[in-house]
Amino acid sequence: GQRSSESHKNSNQSFAIVSFNWDHVKEPYIIALWILVASLAKIVFHLSHKVTRVVPESALLIVLGLFLGGIVWAADHIASFSLTPTVFFFYLLPPIVLDAGYFMPNRLFFGNLGSILLYAVIGTVWNAATTGLSLYGVYLTGIMGKLESGLLDFLLFGSLIAAVDPVAVLAVFEEVHVNEVLFIIVFGESLLNDAVTVVLYNVFESFVAIGPMNVTGIECLKGIVSFFVVSLGGTLVGIFFAFLLSLVSRFTKHVRIIEPGFVFIISYLSYLTAEMLSLSAILAITFCGICCQKYVKANISEQSSTTVRYTMKMMASGAETIIFMFLGISAVDPDIWTWNTAFILLTLVFISVYRVIGVVLQTWILNRYRTVQLEIIDQVVMSYGGLRGAVAFALVALLDKEKVKERNLFVSTTIIVVFFTVIFQGLTIKPLVQWLKVKKTEHREPKLNEKLHGRAFDHILSAIEDISGQIGHHYLRDKWSNFDRKFLRKILMRRSAQKSRDQILNVFHELNLKDAISYVAEGERRGSLAFIRSPSTDNMVNVDFTTPLPSTVESSVSYLLREKAGPVCLDMQALEQRRKSIRDTEDTLAHHTLQQYLYKPRQEHKHLYSRHEIMHSEDDKQDKEIFHRTMRKRLESFKSTKLGINHPKKLNKIHKRDRGQKRRNSSVIPNGNIPSENPVQDFTLKEKDLEFSESEENNDYETLHLGKGVDFLANVTKQNFTDTPAGIDNPVFSADDDQSIYTKFSPWLSGEDTVVPSQRARVQLPYSPNFRRLTPIRLSNKSTDSFLLADGPEDRPRSFLPESTHM
Amino acid sequence: GLLSREDFQRIPELAINPLGDRIINAFFPEGEDQVNFRGFMRTLAHFRPIEDNEKSKDQNGPEPLNSRSNKLHFAFRLYDLDKDDKISRDELLQVLRMMVGVNISDEQLGSIADRTIQEADQDGDSAISFAEFVKVLEKVDVEQKMSIRFLH
Repeated sequence: GQRSSESHKNSNQSFAIVSFNWDHVKEPYIIALWILVASLAKIVFHLSHKVTRVVPESALLIVLGLFLGGIVWAADHIASFSLTPTVFFFYLLPPIVLDAGYFMPNRLFFGNLGSILLYAVIGTVWNAATTGLSLYGVYLTGIMGKLESGLLDFLLFGSLIAAVDPVAVLAVFEEVHVNEVLFIIVFGESLLNDAVTVVLYNVFESFVAIGPMNVTGIECLKGIVSFFVVSLGGTLVGIFFAFLLSLVSRFTKHVRIIEPGFVFIISYLSYLTAEMLSLSAILAITFCGICCQKYVKANISEQSSTTVRYTMKMMASGAETIIFMFLGISAVDPDIWTWNTAFILLTLVFISVYRVIGVVLQTWILNRYRTVQLEIIDQVVMSYGGLRGAVAFALVALLDKEKVKERNLFVSTTIIVVFFTVIFQGLTIKPLVQWLKVKKTEHREPKLNEKLHGRAFDHILSAIEDISGQIGHHYLRDKWSNFDRKFLRKILMRRSAQKSRDQILNVFHELNLKDAISYVAEGERRGSLAFIRSPSTDNMVNVDFTTPLPSTVESSVSYLLREKAGPVCLDMQALEQRRKSIRDTEDTLAHHTLQQYLYKPRQEHKHLYSRHEIMHSEDDKQDKEIFHRTMRKRLESFKSTKLGINHPKKLNKIHKRDRGQKRRNSSVIPNGNIPSENPVQDFTLKEKDLEFSESEENNDYETLHLGKGVDFLANVTKQNFTDTPAGIDNPVFSADDDQSIYTKFSPWLSGEDTVVPSQRARVQLPYSPNFRRLTPIRLSNKSTDSFLLADGPEDRPRSFLPESTHM
Repeated sequence: GLLSREDFQRIPELAINPLGDRIINAFFPEGEDQVNFRGFMRTLAHFRPIEDNEKSKDQNGPEPLNSRSNKLHFAFRLYDLDKDDKISRDELLQVLRMMVGVNISDEQLGSIADRTIQEADQDGDSAISFAEFVKVLEKVDVEQKMSIRFLH
């Protein structure tokens, strides 16, 4: 002020070339300065690896805040800065929660949703009630001295101190790497308990306001109802905005530059809208992030995706840093300091003890319903990991001194509790975890065997589930997948994305990117990319990844890009490990191939068989392929049992022939007739055959199998049996549109368990000729091959039509 | 009440499960085409979750069907068609082909099979014996992956 007014005075006389306008920029300048200080602090912390390994960053930041607060205080004797609830709730909290939601591992989250909900709702209520009541009880005994609080005040305090805080949990657990189930439960709990906290807080605050006299049963009932309204309402708001966001992202193809902006703006709007409607804003933004993930990631471009990821992380990280720092600063405010030893101590004791009791009880109940049990160790970590943080502080700072007389006491206590949990518990949780040898997330690359057999297990389990009629855990997931594929995808995802964003393809895509980046990194290291052009066998680039890449790589951009925000740990060390373990190129190739091509188990895959219709969709080739193969095998084994004699001989002949030769070459030459021993009837197998694919007509299947199967097979055998040097072809994939001719050669005749390389496999190989042009030889004009011909000339909409679509 | 293969084959989901037919076969004892309820249950029993109290109870008796070892054995038998207690390269190839589909060339598949065997094979016989199978999967949470809660 002074100088500008001086210059103002002077301006009457002369023109000031340069002037110092502090007041002009004061507000944004200070904000920017604080952010800068916080970020610089982070750099300083990470200079010393030893310190950061032991002390969690959050603790360091709080201490820094205390320090800075002390400086400001000493300088000015005013506590000019503090964490105001408005700033916290409107600007600092949303990015953190959005980040949590957007990167939430959905499968894990929803798989454990029951447990998470139990802990979040029941657990928080339990904590709040017991803490509040106990404190009140102790107060009545008089140990605490004279306080101007009633039961409701204590309950209010209990409710705000009970909530486990997502910010603190994230901050600490990230550094600790517990196994993913444990992490998701604690983390999920911390996110979802917001609804409970909000309701309890509001309820008790209004109760306190209207006075304990007026609290009736009706009010309590209203409180309970409001819980449901707040939580479900918040969730719905979030989902609605997620839908909106996904929809918008579908059309942003031409405005790629501002694509990332939509994500943030719309999510933020969901937060504010929920806040406006007094619903749970955290739930809203969480679910917005959770639900929009898939579609947004599929729709937006690669660069936008990266931008979104990085911006989100940056904002979340920045917000978290500022929060903790300001927690420290705000503590240095003598105005609010009220000390009541008993109260403070007892609070600490109560929250810890009751949390442990709560966790143990709930886990005991849960374990009766979970396949994967939560063990003692898990429970210990869960109790110990229940950190309180800034949310509690912000809530308590919101309290009105007029209504809640002991506000300052509550504030002081909250500060101490927060400091205690973050600093002390944060410090000791790592050694605790190590000491207890918690099952940590494994960071090794799964071996080929594990992948393969693991997938086999999944298939087996699906089958057993189906056989035993059990629609377990996966029922809902299936229903959801169905719904998703039928409707949501069509609306929310771009055309191009719908086709290609299969899960496995995604992984393959990412692996490819990783590969490409590795190549470039290697090129950078060697000075040029010339090595790629060196001739090598099988078109594989002989880049030697076995030599450990020197540390110069780390500084390159490519390394940065490789860092993927994984679900659980963002620890650079872990990522390093993962990267290093895939060294061998061949190994990598094998892994990639498996990853790409292994059939998905039913759990991740759409249910083709709905009860009412045979669905056909271009995406689900997997089911088609398997179905064909299975049916063929069955008919063949059926035939071999029923027809018997000559059959095996033929089998052997072809068998031997096939084995000897490479299956890759040449075309199929339909040969002359090989007389069939079986009486052949012209058999029309039209409608009925289609039916055996339908589940309703199951009874027909058997008859079909018995009667028609024979004849149908016989028919087919009758005509052309090819002399296929290439042996087994998959006629399904002959892309011939001529629909009436499919069977020229009978794959099933070549032996039950011989591997069937499909036509498509051949087509894709660079040097295999395309033998789609098979000389059509009609069967007797009436018999049609059933399932191979589902889309007969009669224009059946259902099709197992082999690809007239693009391959 | 006897079940035949057709009864199983009528379950539509099995038709689109790559290992469907083999799993059906696993229900039927050697050479037979019918299975009674007891046999049916026996196979399903492999998939009961492993419970803690069972671990300590029956140390002396025969190993329960749903032990980790038996679960693995169930899977092993799916691969090992000729029942020689080894998964040969061909058998592995067959399973791979079933599980992988049509887009991989034979060469690639062969090389994957080779590497898989290589990873697991310890005695150098180019086949995976049951012991090697168990060893290579020691880190996999078989108990969870092969368990269903049947009756609450």
